[in-house]
Amino acid sequence: MTLRDFINKLLGRQPASATTAKQRLQLVLAHDRSDLNPELLEQMRREILEVVSRYVEIDIEEGDVSLETEDRVTALVANLPIRRTKPLPQQESKPDSDVPGEADPVWTASQA
Amino acid sequence: MPVTTSGSRSILICSGKGGVGKTTLTANLGIALARQGMRTAVLDADFGLRNLDLLLGLENRIVYTAQEVLSGNCRLDQALVKHKLEPNLALLPAGNPRMLEWLKPEDMQTIVGMLRDSFDIVLIDCPAGIEDGFKNAAGAAEEAIVITTPEVSAVRDADRVIGLLNTRGIKPIQLVLNRVRPKMMANQEMLAVDDVTDILALPLLGLVLEDEQVIVSTNRGEPLTLNGSSSPAAQAYNNIARRVCGEDVPLIDPAKVRRGLRAKIGRLMQTKIF
Repeated sequence: MTLRDFINKLLGRQPASATTAKQRLQLVLAHDRSDLNPELLEQMRREILEVVSRYVEIDIEEGDVSLETEDRVTALVANLPIRRTKPLPQQESKPDSDVPGEADPVWTASQA
Repeated sequence: MPVTTSGSRSILICSGKGGVGKTTLTANLGIALARQGMRTAVLDADFGLRNLDLLLGLENRIVYTAQEVLSGNCRLDQALVKHKLEPNLALLPAGNPRMLEWLKPEDMQTIVGMLRDSFDIVLIDCPAGIEDGFKNAAGAAEEAIVITTPEVSAVRDADRVIGLLNTRGIKPIQLVLNRVRPKMMANQEMLAVDDVTDILALPLLGLVLEDEQVIVSTNRGEPLTLNGSSSPAAQAYNNIARRVCGEDVPLIDPAKVRRGLRAKIGRLMQTKIF
């Protein structure tokens, strides 16, 4: 974020159009390069959330799974804020304590 | 710089999107290289909508094309159109606009091979798009220059083309960013140079500022690099030519093109804070 973007945000104005252009490009190129269509991505997002929520309680609304690209490498990036860990039903020994809600792990899987 | 068996280089100039400045770059770079003493051939691979002859002011001198050379109706030196003011430069159109079928990829390779035997450098002006015309032209090149403008559509198309060039093993692929407007960039109303190079992940070969003189020079059919113009675009094309020859010429910084308080504030506002 540049100083201009920050000031615009403070004043409740739209970000500079170059910032919007870059974000839109990064998104569209991630899709162009991966050849994943939006429906497949949405299906994958749902399944990932389903698996993760078996182990930890996550904020579904805040959860975000998206494609990002850097240096022509596309990565699947999931940002899933954890509310608390769930005790595993099969396991005898329970986890010591709940993880605080602020935990914000980023899980990344690279894909050429 | 890749060294081929003959020491001659073949460089594809492409963009994906039309109208971003491929042909203007080919014409200006061709003249600039020739002026540096390189024997330079420019091949117009877009014969459906050919325009390189017009930008070079050679439109009335074309008699034969690569097609007649390939079919044995004329010799290569008969088809080549030498530039009167810059004899180191010669133009070869791939075909004429009345041709209904594209040349085959092998034909393109044959003709580029013939050109490389008698020239130091062959610039191939690629047609827009990523269909047959592009594939034929790309199949005959070892290196590529991708030209784009700081606009979302041009960058997206450039990205597609870069992907295709990568799969063909064309190396190096370098980027020219055209029609840069320093004032708009300073106001963050145009994609920044770093934004484009980050997204496309290519080394920057040159930056060409938006320049009205380009239109004036195309009106006359005299590329800016031909008459020693000192306009910003002419300087940029000359610098690109020097970098192609391996010289280390610093890139201009669009933020430093403008002076005064407004420019300073613009630079301050571009500071990345997080």
